[in-house]
Amino acid sequence: MIEIDAISKAYGDVTVVDNVSMTIEAGSITVIVGTSGSGKTTLLRMINRLVEPTSGSIRIDGEDNGAIAPHELRRRIGYAIQGHGLFPHRTVADNIATVPKLLGWPQDRIDARVEELLNLFQLDPASFGPRFPHELSGGQSQRVGVARALAAEPNLLLMDEPFGALDPVIRAKAQDDLLAIQKHFGTTIILVTHDMEEAFGLADRIAVMDGGRLLQYATPSEMLASPATDFVASLIGTAERPFRLLALNPVERAVEPGAAEGKPISADASQRDALAELLWSGRPALPVTGKDGAVAGRVTVDGLLKQARPA
Amino acid sequence: MRFGLNRIDRVGVVVALIAAYGLVAPFALFRANRIVQGEGRSLLSALPPSLGVILLAFSVIAIVMALLRLPLFVKLLTSLVMLAMLAFAIGSAAGFLTPEGNNYARVSPGSGFWLLGAAFALLATDCLARLRPPPWGRIAILTATVAAITFVLTSGLWDGLSIIKEYFSRADTFWLEAGRHVTLALGSLAVAAVVGIPLGILCHRVEPVRSAILNLLNIVQTIPSIALFGILIGPLSWVATNVPGAADLGIRGVGMAPAFVALFLYSLLPMVANTVGGLAGVPAEANDAARGVGMTDRQRLAQVELPLAFPVILTGIRIVLVQNIGLATIAALIGGGGFGVFVFQGLGQTAMDLVLLGAVPTVTMAFAAAVILDAIVELVAPANAGRKEATA
Ligand SMILES: Nc1ncnc2c1ncn2[C@@H]1O[C@H](COP(=O)(O)OP(=O)(O)OP(=O)(O)O)[C@@H](O)[C@H]1O
Ligand SMILES: [Mg+2]
Repeated sequence: MIEIDAISKAYGDVTVVDNVSMTIEAGSITVIVGTSGSGKTTLLRMINRLVEPTSGSIRIDGEDNGAIAPHELRRRIGYAIQGHGLFPHRTVADNIATVPKLLGWPQDRIDARVEELLNLFQLDPASFGPRFPHELSGGQSQRVGVARALAAEPNLLLMDEPFGALDPVIRAKAQDDLLAIQKHFGTTIILVTHDMEEAFGLADRIAVMDGGRLLQYATPSEMLASPATDFVASLIGTAERPFRLLALNPVERAVEPGAAEGKPISADASQRDALAELLWSGRPALPVTGKDGAVAGRVTVDGLLKQARPA
Repeated sequence: MRFGLNRIDRVGVVVALIAAYGLVAPFALFRANRIVQGEGRSLLSALPPSLGVILLAFSVIAIVMALLRLPLFVKLLTSLVMLAMLAFAIGSAAGFLTPEGNNYARVSPGSGFWLLGAAFALLATDCLARLRPPPWGRIAILTATVAAITFVLTSGLWDGLSIIKEYFSRADTFWLEAGRHVTLALGSLAVAAVVGIPLGILCHRVEPVRSAILNLLNIVQTIPSIALFGILIGPLSWVATNVPGAADLGIRGVGMAPAFVALFLYSLLPMVANTVGGLAGVPAEANDAARGVGMTDRQRLAQVELPLAFPVILTGIRIVLVQNIGLATIAALIGGGGFGVFVFQGLGQTAMDLVLLGAVPTVTMAFAAAVILDAIVELVAPANAGRKEATA
């Protein structure tokens, strides 16, 4: 659990993070959104003390992060830097191996970990491992940057716009992988993004920042139902609201009794996917299959439309 | 095929002009003894008639080839053939001009020889530069050149030349002074690196120190070498008489010690400045990432900053080495030894050959050092190519 307590950062007269407090549950994904220059990176960097706060404190699992030697704190926290920040004089494999080496892992464990991570991010270890960063595309560099942050299996992962340079297909894959890793290891993730789709897709809670202040910190559905300010509402996108809401909930919650023709949809697919399928195929209803594969009922356009508004 | 202006090579024009002038200038100088004024002998009168005509004919052909836009390999070959012919010709000029059994007469290369040599050496270097050989290739070419020169020197081809005669009458001291010259140049470089790199790191880390140290070193750099020697005599004499054991180590107000200290002081600025520059050029993101992954300041220095700054530091070492090889000549003025001994003796006796005996090896060494270190700088650079692009 991370407790951010009335933290502020000022450069001279300019306060770039202004009295922010929030509590982040262990094993959850928190996504920070906000305009450029709103203080997202600064807030993130105060957690691993790359930026020292002007006032306030941050506790990680009850321990004040100011009490831990900075380099030890940072070895425990994975940090995917905005841009990627790879070491230009080290190969991809050596870049990924950085933290395990600092922690003194045995070489064979490091090698195995590097290979595992490269495979995970769809980078062929034989081809990419020996390359230097200047021989990578922007998206490849970014994946290597994330792999480096994950290398030592940290409990806490700070990610600053980690998927910005990825194409939609690889980005979706990287997001799924991140969710899988997070589920598997119970990693606490704090992620900054400009992509609201990504924010709603990944977040357990979303933090909206503007001008250094935390405008709202809530679950995605709470934020859709009652945005704290007009700015939050406009950031979510007024026209997107029903679809974001549908995307958040599974088909399961809209199942009605009855039968339907054609290809069924799984109960844990998102309601948005179900609506898209209904609209595109022109069918009035889809059969829904449960976890056991048996048909559990059907989902209709009318039923879904009722779900597309906050209750 | 039209023979227009566009078929004329620009470097070739320079080469042709220098070489053409070299053909009419005196090819060799004849002197009745080693210190009288020499009298010039033209190409045709300095060489046995057949050889003179052949050299003249080849030179004219080579000049025409230099002017044309021919494949670089052809031109390179032409220039190398001409340089070999010149090396051979000047050797036989010595035998041809020296009267039988005369031990006092001296024959030395004249301005014609030097101009022809310079012209074709220019052509060769221009071709090589345009062929862009990789670092290892350049070191190989340098090695081949040194081997060729060594071969000519040991073959006895040039034994009749005055500079070689000067060498033979001083063979022992020549190698002794050569050793001192190298010790002065390399030793002061080594000490400057050991002191300068940490000093550069300090300057980089502690801002207030930076301008103070760099300004001080800048001032040192502007002190003329003779004046610096003078300044050092006092303190070093004091050390020699007051510090036990110092005198036994060879520390005195004159001799090698002040020369060494002066070279060291001159080396410090390039070493410190390049270390500071190299560290300042390390991309901010790399430093940020180093902190972010949990490196301590020392780990960041050793694993990120120094490797990334290394090419620039190496450039500083190159500057210092070439500068020191040249400057070490001055050491002779205060009894520090080195090739300068011959230069200043020669100047005193107005014996140009003796001056050349000191100057030619110095220039050759400086040139070789520059080629080798440039190649090394390029060899270590590829790992940092990404950084170069980022800062360009
Ligand atoms: N070292 C610094 N000195 C002075 N001002 C700074 C410094 N670092 C950041 N700032 C300022 O603080 C503000 C917040 O910066 P920050 O990097 O946190 O923004 P951000 O929300 O991450 O923006 P982006 O989305 O563009 O990455 C900006 O106005 C920035 O100019
Ligand atoms: Mg940012």
